[in-house]
This record gives sequence, structure tokens and C-alpha cells, in this order.
Amino acid sequence: MNEELTEEEKEALKHIALKLETFEKHRGNLIPILQMVQNNLAYLPSEALKIVAQHLGIIESEVYGVATFYNQFRFHPPGKYPVKVCLGTACHVKAGDIILENFERKLEISDGETTPDREFSIERVACVGCCALAPVAIIDETVHGHMAPSKVEGLILRIKLQEEIEEREKKKNEPGQS
Amino acid sequence: MMLKLRVDNQEIEAREGKTLLQACLDNQIYVPNLCYLEDMESPSASCRMCFVEIEGTPQPVPSCTVQVKNDMVVKTDTPAVRQLQRTALRLLLSVHDVDCKNCHANKKCELQNIAKFLKVGLKPKRLERYLKETLIDETHPFLIHYPNRCVLCGKCVHICRGKHGESVLTFARRGFDTIISTYSATDESSLTCGDCDTCVKACPVGALAVKESS
Repeated sequence: MNEELTEEEKEALKHIALKLETFEKHRGNLIPILQMVQNNLAYLPSEALKIVAQHLGIIESEVYGVATFYNQFRFHPPGKYPVKVCLGTACHVKAGDIILENFERKLEISDGETTPDREFSIERVACVGCCALAPVAIIDETVHGHMAPSKVEGLILRIKLQEEIEEREKKKNEPGQS
Repeated sequence: MMLKLRVDNQEIEAREGKTLLQACLDNQIYVPNLCYLEDMESPSASCRMCFVEIEGTPQPVPSCTVQVKNDMVVKTDTPAVRQLQRTALRLLLSVHDVDCKNCHANKKCELQNIAKFLKVGLKPKRLERYLKETLIDETHPFLIHYPNRCVLCGKCVHICRGKHGESVLTFARRGFDTIISTYSATDESSLTCGDCDTCVKACPVGALAVKESS
């Protein structure tokens, strides 16, 4: 939860502070407020938890306690390429947890976190509906079936290379355009 | 009004409105318990330790959730009760960092007492050991928390809220990952703690301690 806020997020936070005023200062409003914040920011940074606690007049740790209980709230910004590793029944039987572990090790973050450059984030999901392909991982929107630990590094590398190529193309085109 | 009831073939008296657990404890009948405090309005009954059998009730019930009634007949040591208690204790111990020698609560620990009382070894063999990654949480300016010693009874949360209106300590996360957290209470000036150590004293095990420097 120690990521720096981007400029856009700081703006969004100001917007959220204004929107908070439309909510009655009642502790029963905590969850609707947290949902509103996440709708605006895509996650709950500690700065946001602070202003929510101030608005409702409750202690910050209580907001944190409630927010961490629910799966729907996240505390790290979603990465540009979200990695979702399936741990549903079939994938669990086919050792999906080892796939998860491999992603965690290669990206040096754990489940629920985001890399510091905000490129990748890892999430565990429960069944994506293609159990015949177990174990399954979804990167961005692409489903990768029959995952194996040895495929993990290649997938990450491929995305990174793709990014580099795109960037180079962009640079090549830029001087031509001007 | 004083009510009369029978616990383990012993006649005892208790004031109306008292919980059965409190009545037993007041009359020197020990019922294992971890999460109960006398002033609780609605006990959470989360430790699953204080089971007793009441005549007329088909199954054992946690005695902290039952109010005493006249002519109640209660048994605290039936096989069904003991089995429930032993299982609950073994489950607690399976997520407990059993390292009593290096724990400041050694010999005044409720877990040790209950284990002795129920004749359960501190290192149950049948269950897998599951410990949390964080061994020591020192983010709070005055408190040290040991997540793997914590039994999640919630006494500290309850007692802090009772004393300060709101609780610095809170439950966070869910399931096996549940911890007691102070979250971002790192700013000394905004803390109500001062030299209050009620939560540390309330802890039935050695999960909380005051930092030595403060």
C-alpha cells in the first residue's frame, strides 16, 4: 500500500472528497462509500481510507478492517497486464498454486499486489469456466490453458518484448510525423 | 433475584441475568474459555471452548451465550463437551507458534492452562501446522504484536473500544489470514494509547507486548 499516487489519482481523490459530502455521516454508509472510492480509483489507496475515516468520524483501522474483509476491495492499483491465476477446483487439482507461485516469484510480488512500475498485477480467481484447460491463467484478456511452470517466464517475456517493439515503432514514427 | 441451578451435581446460586459461564466461574467450577469478558453485552462465543451440556438441550452449547435459569441442570465434563473442546484447542494450537520458552506469557498463558486441563499436548500431531508469514508486527509506536501467538479472541479489540470509545486494534482480513491489526496507527500524536496497556493485560496469551523503549 505504499505506491505513490499518480497525478490523475490525486485529482480523482479531490473529486472523491467532494462526492463524500453527498453521503450521510453514518457508519452504515462505510461499504457504499468504499465502493464509490474504488469505482473512481480502481483501488483503495491509504490516502483514500484516511479521508473516508475522517468523513465518517471513525478510526482508520476500522475502515481498514472492514475493507480487508471483502474480496471486492483491492489495495493496490491494477497493473497494465493483470495476471489472473485460477485456483478453482480443477485448477487446484492440477496444481494451480504452483503456477501462482511461479508468477509471484518471477514478478517479485505476491498475490494481490502490483509491480512498482504498475505493469503487472497478480490476482487469484476461482474458476474462469474452462476447467478442461486446467491449470489456467489469464493475462490481460488472453486465456492461457494447460499452464506449466516453465511457460510462466516466456509469457512475461513475450509481453515485455511486445511492449518494447511497440515503443520502438512509436519512436520511429514520431520524427516522421513532425 | 438469585436463581438456583445444578452444575456437575453441585447446587449453586447465581443472580438473574448472569451468563451460565460467569455463574460457573463465580462458583469455582472451571469451564475453559478464551474470548469471554464479563462486561460483554453479546459475547462473540468465538473461541468454542466454554461448551457445556444442559438438560433438555440436545447438543452442547457455549455457556457464555446462555443466561442462567432456575432449576437448570448442567454438566461441564461430558464426553461430547470434552471432545468439542479438545478439537477446538487442537485447531487453535495448529496455527499457534508453540515456542513457550521464548514467550513472555510462559506459565501464565491461558492456552497452556487449558491444554493442561484438557490433557492435550501442545504440539498436536494429527493437524498440519499453518503459521503466518509475519512473525512480529512492530508498526505500532507502543505495541508489539505476534500474529502467530494470537488466538483471535478479540478481547483486546473489545476492551480498547470500551475504554476509548473506538478501538485502535481491529480484526483485518479473513479466514486463516485474519490478524489483529493497528493498521496505520503509526502517528503517536493521534493515538489515545498514552500509557494505557489494557489490551496487553487482556491478552490471554502472549500476542501483545509493550515496547520496551516506551
